[in-house]
Amino acid sequence: MTRIRPAWLVGTVTEILDETPTAKRIVLDVPGWPGNDAGSHLDIRLTAPDGYQASRAYSIASYGPTSRVVLAVDIIPTGEVSPFLTGELRVGDPLEVHGPLGAYFVWKPQGFGATTGPVQLIGGGSGIVPLLAIAQAAADAGRMDDFRLLSSVRTPADQFFDAELDALAASGLRIDRIYTRQAPEGFPTGRLTRESLAAAIPDPATLERTYVCGPTPFVEAVADWLIDLGHQPGTIRTERFGGA
Amino acid sequence: MSFITRGFSGRGRERDPRLPPGQSLVEDWPVLSAGPTPDVPTDEWSFSIRTENGLTQWTWDEFLALGVEDVTVDIHCVTHWTKLDMDWRGVSLDTVFQNIETSADYVMVHSYGGYTTNLALEDLLDGKAWVATEAEGEPLDPEHGGPARLLVPALYFWKSAKWVRGLVMSENDEPGFWEQNGYHMHGDPWTEERYW
Repeated sequence: MTRIRPAWLVGTVTEILDETPTAKRIVLDVPGWPGNDAGSHLDIRLTAPDGYQASRAYSIASYGPTSRVVLAVDIIPTGEVSPFLTGELRVGDPLEVHGPLGAYFVWKPQGFGATTGPVQLIGGGSGIVPLLAIAQAAADAGRMDDFRLLSSVRTPADQFFDAELDALAASGLRIDRIYTRQAPEGFPTGRLTRESLAAAIPDPATLERTYVCGPTPFVEAVADWLIDLGHQPGTIRTERFGGA
Repeated sequence: MSFITRGFSGRGRERDPRLPPGQSLVEDWPVLSAGPTPDVPTDEWSFSIRTENGLTQWTWDEFLALGVEDVTVDIHCVTHWTKLDMDWRGVSLDTVFQNIETSADYVMVHSYGGYTTNLALEDLLDGKAWVATEAEGEPLDPEHGGPARLLVPALYFWKSAKWVRGLVMSENDEPGFWEQNGYHMHGDPWTEERYW
């Protein structure tokens, strides 16, 4: 296994977009960034003039050998870093990042940890961020037929990377969308259940790996259902977003 | 470090001296795990220590009968949160190791679910570590590692392996699951030994 050593680097904000009513997409150019596997994350560190620092980890929505790094940050109003990133940060600002981090919740077309069979991606809310990178990597590797993605959001407006998901769907990725509070015309409204999950994903016998990412209650519920449905614990990789 | 983030002043101006660098206080208790939460009933749970001299094993009742104690400690997660003054109950590793003979300096901690993490024995002894069965006055929730997890508050919290089931003594410090996936071999929060 070759390893890319993470380091503290200074990136520049090149783009800030409204991702959802509560989230911003932040695009960075990070000179010296060694590239990253799909699904990995980084730390962002903010430093005040008196030296006070605050750091948080964020999943990366982009992947590959590029210095362009795409993040999507949901505001946690009581937080310290996300309100700054979604409210204060401007295009052109320098930003300290450390990464890439994480070698487990990642996907690669070949090498250590690669898959050869069907893979299911399941995202709740902003949990779609690392899964978008994985889906894109699968598409770019010509492996989209092996992949399915399930995205659960409250309303259509809360869907991160909506256009990117539509583009992946148009080029052949099977995407199941769950709307828990308000659905567009023609879609049912309601939370994911054990039954709707079972109906939307492949049989345990045929599925090589499942990635689940989202808020802790979502990931706990989905992972428990997967086990209940007969999926082997070792095939399920999870990433939980805490409240901090 | 001369880098300053434009426009950032920070909220936590009264920084608690018990906060290690790069950490922020939380009141809730976030959950981080790499996979599903294992379901381990206490009547199926056991704990073992394997040394060069053999295997010592306890059932749930035998293990608690070794003697539990109450401790209040701060915990520090590598994902930048710290929770202060947590009340825990568990069996001290000093008690667990009382009748264990070993010349090995390192420990591989094994968990239900297959996870492992590596520690030096000296980081587990002299009042530094417990196998905890209760937190904040309640039996430990499965998602927080119940029925029992290791508790090593002086190190980042991934070393406090959830769903712990045993220790294997070793001559060498071999990387466990988290350490193979990028986390530090030692994990001291005060020197920010987060990643390698």
